[in-house]
Amino acid sequence: MTPSEFNSLRDMLNKESGLVLSEDKQYLVESRLGPVAKKLEYKDVATMVSEWHSSKKASLQNQIVEAMTINESFFFRDKTPFDNFKDYTLPNLIKSKATSKHIRIWSAAASTGQEAYSLAMVLNEHKHLLQGWRVEIIGTDLCSEALAKAKSGLYSQFEVQRGMPVTYLVKNFKQVGTMWQLDSNITSMVQFRQFNLMNSFTGLGKFDVIFCRNVLIYFNRETKSDILKRMEAQCNNGCHLVLGASETLVGLNGNYTPVANARGLYEHNREAAVKNEKQSTNFKESPTHKTGTGGLSFTR
Amino acid sequence: MKQCLIVDDSSVIRKVARRIMEEANFEITEAEDGQQALEACRSQMPDVILLDWNMPVMDGLEFLRELRKDPCGDIPKVIFCTTENDMDHITQAIAAGANEYIMKPFDKEIIISKLKEVGMVEA
Repeated sequence: MTPSEFNSLRDMLNKESGLVLSEDKQYLVESRLGPVAKKLEYKDVATMVSEWHSSKKASLQNQIVEAMTINESFFFRDKTPFDNFKDYTLPNLIKSKATSKHIRIWSAAASTGQEAYSLAMVLNEHKHLLQGWRVEIIGTDLCSEALAKAKSGLYSQFEVQRGMPVTYLVKNFKQVGTMWQLDSNITSMVQFRQFNLMNSFTGLGKFDVIFCRNVLIYFNRETKSDILKRMEAQCNNGCHLVLGASETLVGLNGNYTPVANARGLYEHNREAAVKNEKQSTNFKESPTHKTGTGGLSFTR
Repeated sequence: MKQCLIVDDSSVIRKVARRIMEEANFEITEAEDGQQALEACRSQMPDVILLDWNMPVMDGLEFLRELRKDPCGDIPKVIFCTTENDMDHITQAIAAGANEYIMKPFDKEIIISKLKEVGMVEA
């Protein structure tokens, strides 16, 4: 792949998906696009990128974007977020939503569905506490192929073993040949939709819990701030935001407060949001105000 | 250092498992069948056991049932590690007191994730 092809690929990925690919990430291109090149019968990744570069064929471009943005996913990945969900978020919701009895959860980078289904399995364990409740889990992802797999609820032996306690396997899956099929009482709890985080969130509705793990790392600071800001608008009061183990909100503005003793868990602070929104309005009117990076500099 | 007993009649599997467990900072002992494993446990209970199912002399399930009857036999976390990959075997193993179950082939990630599950490495 020539430097100009690589650069043009980076530009396109950034424009189409917000993905930031630094110069040292050429290996990532090789490893993620290898299977696509093979499937489409190109000699190698370089040949395929070269073909895309000269033709800009939409179908090829879509497959490249999808493959580059796919997330590695497994059941109960990192364990802690699901323990936090069970021990902290769920008891909280059962209290705070006692009147409406309606919980909405967003898995914002659903990929092949394991995160959303892990949450569904946890909720199913607690169904005695949720009699008469309506629980919606929405899984969104950019990649249609990943979502097709998510919808099928069919996983390989490798996939059902990574991170998932065997008791969950016994309770929630049936063996189909060499594969494992999630039971319909779990799959029916989750809806999957193809969705780009760069687009407006309004149509998704409001949420009580947002899992957005290991997605923001791919974006630059401004885009991260922008996504977090737009997510705030989809937050019900006290909405919990869950980030990946290696992610923080440090240096990013937004009205989320870390929850004590629950790594990666944040609570949306509506009062601060309203207050900051007012300040921001005042701030913007000030003639000395210079536009900062990102849309959230006013919270400082 | 935590102790791990690897029980498998295949020396190749024992070697692969040993390498993964040593990397995860376990001290390893090995046994080739259930009988040897039972003797090893009776001389010193390990913290965790990786257990094959099909072995000569005494198979994994029989070993586990015997182990759980022993005084202090409930101490080791037992992770089955077998080519038996159907629901019947899995439920039998759990009923006999297995803490986790790995269907072969396994890799390092699967073993580590199961060790986390039984609290033998930090999550």
